[in-house]
Amino acid sequence: MSDRISVAKTYKLYIGGAFPRSESGRSYPVNDSRGGFLANAAQGSRKDARDAVGAARKAFPGWSGATAYNRGQVLYRVAELLEGRREQFVAEVAASEGTKRGESIVDAAIDRWVWYAGWTDKIASVFGAANPVAGPYFSFTVPEPTGVVAVLAPQASSLLGLVSVVAPIIAAGNTCVVVASQDRPLPAITLSEVLATSDVPGGVVNVLTGRTAEIAPWLAAHADVNALDLTGAPEAIRADLERAAAGTVKRLVRGGRGEPDWAREPDVSRMRAVLESKTVWHPMGV
Amino acid sequence: MSAPSQTELSEVTRDDASLRRFLHGLPGVDQVGVEQRAATLGTRSIKKASKMWAIDTAISMVDLTTLEGADTPGKVRTLAAKARRPDPEYADVPHVGAVCVYPDMVATAVAGVGDSGVGVASVATAFPSGRSNRAVKLADTAMAVEAGATEIDMVIDRGAFLSGRYGQVYDEIVAIKAACGGAHLKVILETGELSTYDNVRRASWLALLAGGDFIKTSTGKVSPAATLPVTHVMLQAVRDWRDRTGELRGVKPAGGIRTTKDAIRYLVAVHEVAGEEWLTPTLFRFGASSLLNDLLMQRRTQLEGHYSGPDYVTVD
Amino acid sequence: MSNWEYAPAPESRDIANLKPAYRMFVDGKFVEGSGDPLKTVNPATEEVLAEVSTASPSDVDTAVKAARRAYDRVWSKMPGAERAKYIFRIARLIQERSRELAVLESLDNGKPIKESRDVDVPTAAAHFFYHAGWADKLGYAGYGPDPRPLGVAGQVIPWNFPLMMAAWKIAPALACGNTVVLKPAETTPLTALVLAEICQQAELPPGVVNILPGAGDVGSELVNHAGVDKVAFTGSTEVGKLIQRALAGSGKKMTMELGGKAANIVFDDAPLDQAVEGIVNGIFFNQGHVCCAGSRLLVQESIADELLDKLRHRVSTLRVGDSLDKNTDVGAINSRAQLEKIQELVAAGDAEGAQRWTSPVPVPDKGFFFAPTVFSDVQQSMRIAREEIFGPVLSVLTFRTPDEAVAKANNTPYGLSAGIWTEKGSRILWAAQRMRAGVVWANTFNRFDPTAPFGGYQESGFGREGGRAGLEAYLDV
Repeated sequence: MSDRISVAKTYKLYIGGAFPRSESGRSYPVNDSRGGFLANAAQGSRKDARDAVGAARKAFPGWSGATAYNRGQVLYRVAELLEGRREQFVAEVAASEGTKRGESIVDAAIDRWVWYAGWTDKIASVFGAANPVAGPYFSFTVPEPTGVVAVLAPQASSLLGLVSVVAPIIAAGNTCVVVASQDRPLPAITLSEVLATSDVPGGVVNVLTGRTAEIAPWLAAHADVNALDLTGAPEAIRADLERAAAGTVKRLVRGGRGEPDWAREPDVSRMRAVLESKTVWHPMGV
Repeated sequence: MSAPSQTELSEVTRDDASLRRFLHGLPGVDQVGVEQRAATLGTRSIKKASKMWAIDTAISMVDLTTLEGADTPGKVRTLAAKARRPDPEYADVPHVGAVCVYPDMVATAVAGVGDSGVGVASVATAFPSGRSNRAVKLADTAMAVEAGATEIDMVIDRGAFLSGRYGQVYDEIVAIKAACGGAHLKVILETGELSTYDNVRRASWLALLAGGDFIKTSTGKVSPAATLPVTHVMLQAVRDWRDRTGELRGVKPAGGIRTTKDAIRYLVAVHEVAGEEWLTPTLFRFGASSLLNDLLMQRRTQLEGHYSGPDYVTVD
Repeated sequence: MSNWEYAPAPESRDIANLKPAYRMFVDGKFVEGSGDPLKTVNPATEEVLAEVSTASPSDVDTAVKAARRAYDRVWSKMPGAERAKYIFRIARLIQERSRELAVLESLDNGKPIKESRDVDVPTAAAHFFYHAGWADKLGYAGYGPDPRPLGVAGQVIPWNFPLMMAAWKIAPALACGNTVVLKPAETTPLTALVLAEICQQAELPPGVVNILPGAGDVGSELVNHAGVDKVAFTGSTEVGKLIQRALAGSGKKMTMELGGKAANIVFDDAPLDQAVEGIVNGIFFNQGHVCCAGSRLLVQESIADELLDKLRHRVSTLRVGDSLDKNTDVGAINSRAQLEKIQELVAAGDAEGAQRWTSPVPVPDKGFFFAPTVFSDVQQSMRIAREEIFGPVLSVLTFRTPDEAVAKANNTPYGLSAGIWTEKGSRILWAAQRMRAGVVWANTFNRFDPTAPFGGYQESGFGREGGRAGLEAYLDV
């Protein structure tokens, strides 16, 4: 056994593929489930949120325009990298959530990436349609990503919950700004490191840490955000956030009360919630 | 408008290649769109005085036609008599636009119409197929003109057109036009063989460039003959020609127009697609035979307040 | 040459079976509402057509409770195949009474009879027919093996397509097993109440469909009622936002079909004559009272003059006037308030320096009419290029390259529809993919079909109506 002092990690934000500190210069202590200090996390501000939305918007054309096959491989690559850092995540999740089920949680998170990786090139055929309209027209409906999605990540499930909300959003071709679990943000930042070293283009996923109630209203009201995922929204401000979102008619992913059991096999509803249907018509003639 | 001047238009007829560039540079025609427009416009409801006016106008636009192998001078004389005085009981019925016959019947027709003002139109140029050589077509035309035809209805060489030999089609129309002398030239496109509206538009422009006074849909020997959407496309061509050159050219749908209702639909199209100045027999004709009697019956219905019957109008 | 005037060809108003008074429809019966009755007006003549009773808050409560009862006891338990037969019956009854409905719609709304006859009423029947077939096949719709309904749907619809919007709302709701309380628009309640009569004739169980006439306050009462599980709204973006705000935190499922400012893009290789038709249909159909109207024409600079010449010529042939005349192309503006809004925006266009051209067509002295108007030299920054006018007013902008066209088309908070005109297939698909709009019409415009999902991106709303996608709005998924 060596007595070497380990190199502690500095946890920062993840915006546009880079790891900046909060522009506010603030940080807040993150404790483990028994109250022991784990690390300081950046306490993101409204300006960080603004920057993240800008990065997500900038990344949107490239990501939504990538082929479904390409997106699938990118998501699968995330699973591969996550697998490689499995032990690290198990330790981090165990520390954050105080659970003994760290291994099965991380395994499920990896498998979830694989599940959604396989969806990218099925979405159009499962959600799209050829419409048998009553006239000499070819009409088809294709699903398209809604755009930039602001996500309030689950507060309890720091990794599996996070992956379960982010993966469907980007599998569907959206980009997102995620506010990580307020008290359990560390797995989210470590996941960001995985994303940064994988093939997910910078800006497709942006991760903010800090006070959910402080950042969320700015995202809910931001006019360049198309959808708001309220899964991890504090109950007290949930209605306020919905009201703010109405200002630009945002799509809402409400989630239910309390956190769902993330270990359950997912369905397609989270992808459907961030997809638009575009119907195209063209006459058929010579 | 970015229209080429007359001289620019003469440039486009220089050779096959420039004709092709011009004709294929015309805006395309969307089949569904033009058919929908024709159908929608076909729902116009023409009543009372406007209907009476339309019936009389339509009568004056009829090219009363007989183009049968069984035609005889007797048949043509009967036709001419009917052309001059369509309804013996109503003297105010206008005479028709013209009678339309084969070249060998022209002389009979000329005698038959006399000084009534009814024109004599003759088909020519190896009608209806046009499958002969230039000399025969010219001779055919000359024969009709010499016999007194005031209007020549020629057919284009659809084979040449469909294989892209636009120059050949153009030259032939120019040559026939020259042979017409003072007679008006109607150029039959035989749209039923052209298959697409794009082709109808191109053939219309080709005929207009070559000097055709009228563009005409069909010989009546090929199905489909005239249709409303085809006529729309041709009306657009003469309208666009007017916009570019200031000249007014005519349109003649022929074949398949049998009822007053049909005829009024065509007149509405003339009115709203080309414009009011085309609502005259000098710029619009119907190639038809049975249409006339339906117009006469409907006219009586308008005047007499009850439906008429076929026994009250003459068969020929 | 001659001046050919078409004689008037009016459809007989007797066919509408207009009654002096109409009552609301609750729990299978026509009953007097306890709100202040409203007088519905023919906008083409400004005459009062009928008095219509309206709902009070307690009437809303009664109707929602009736819908709940019908849901709990009858409709949600009925096998889909049986529900289907009721809905098929409604489709057939609409077809049978189509002429009456068309005339009544034109009287109440002001739209030309040829449009109510050829579009509104047939499309309404088609929606019922289409959705009837889904009622016992929902397991195949892609929402799981046995998707469940939501409960009571509160539906608020606009005045621009009164019967058709009622059909778009009611048909999928019933097919999925929900019951409904629907509020037609204040200015156009009549055809919805005839539809209620049709529900009676179809022997639809009481309470499955309830129709409550009234103004915005009734709509507000309805969508906020605690007994409503789902809210569907079609109308302005402004009101849509109010509803979304009001329902914040309620957990009610919502679908919104809101405003638009659609771009109709004409490339230089377009089939010009059909493009002109599409532009005309895009903005002058239904007096431009269409949320998906092609109100912004984006034309490639190289053909702008030629296209505008053709367009003005064509627009000059549009006949404005009596909505019951079969030859009327553009009918009456639905209300004085709407007419004033159009006038206000047109004045803004003048003030901002756009070039106004107004069709020389004669316009009746009485009634609410507005002659077809085309603004050219419109710039992206002008109000008439950004705000929904909801009237027969077209704003023309130009572009030089396809990229510029797409950028200008998408430069709006709305995203309902778009048009593309070009003969080049690959350019159509390129542009269609880039349009941020829920419906893209290529070489056509304003086509609707129950099998084809309809709905918007961004501030044009969320959720779809029609097709498999439209069922989601009324299922608990």
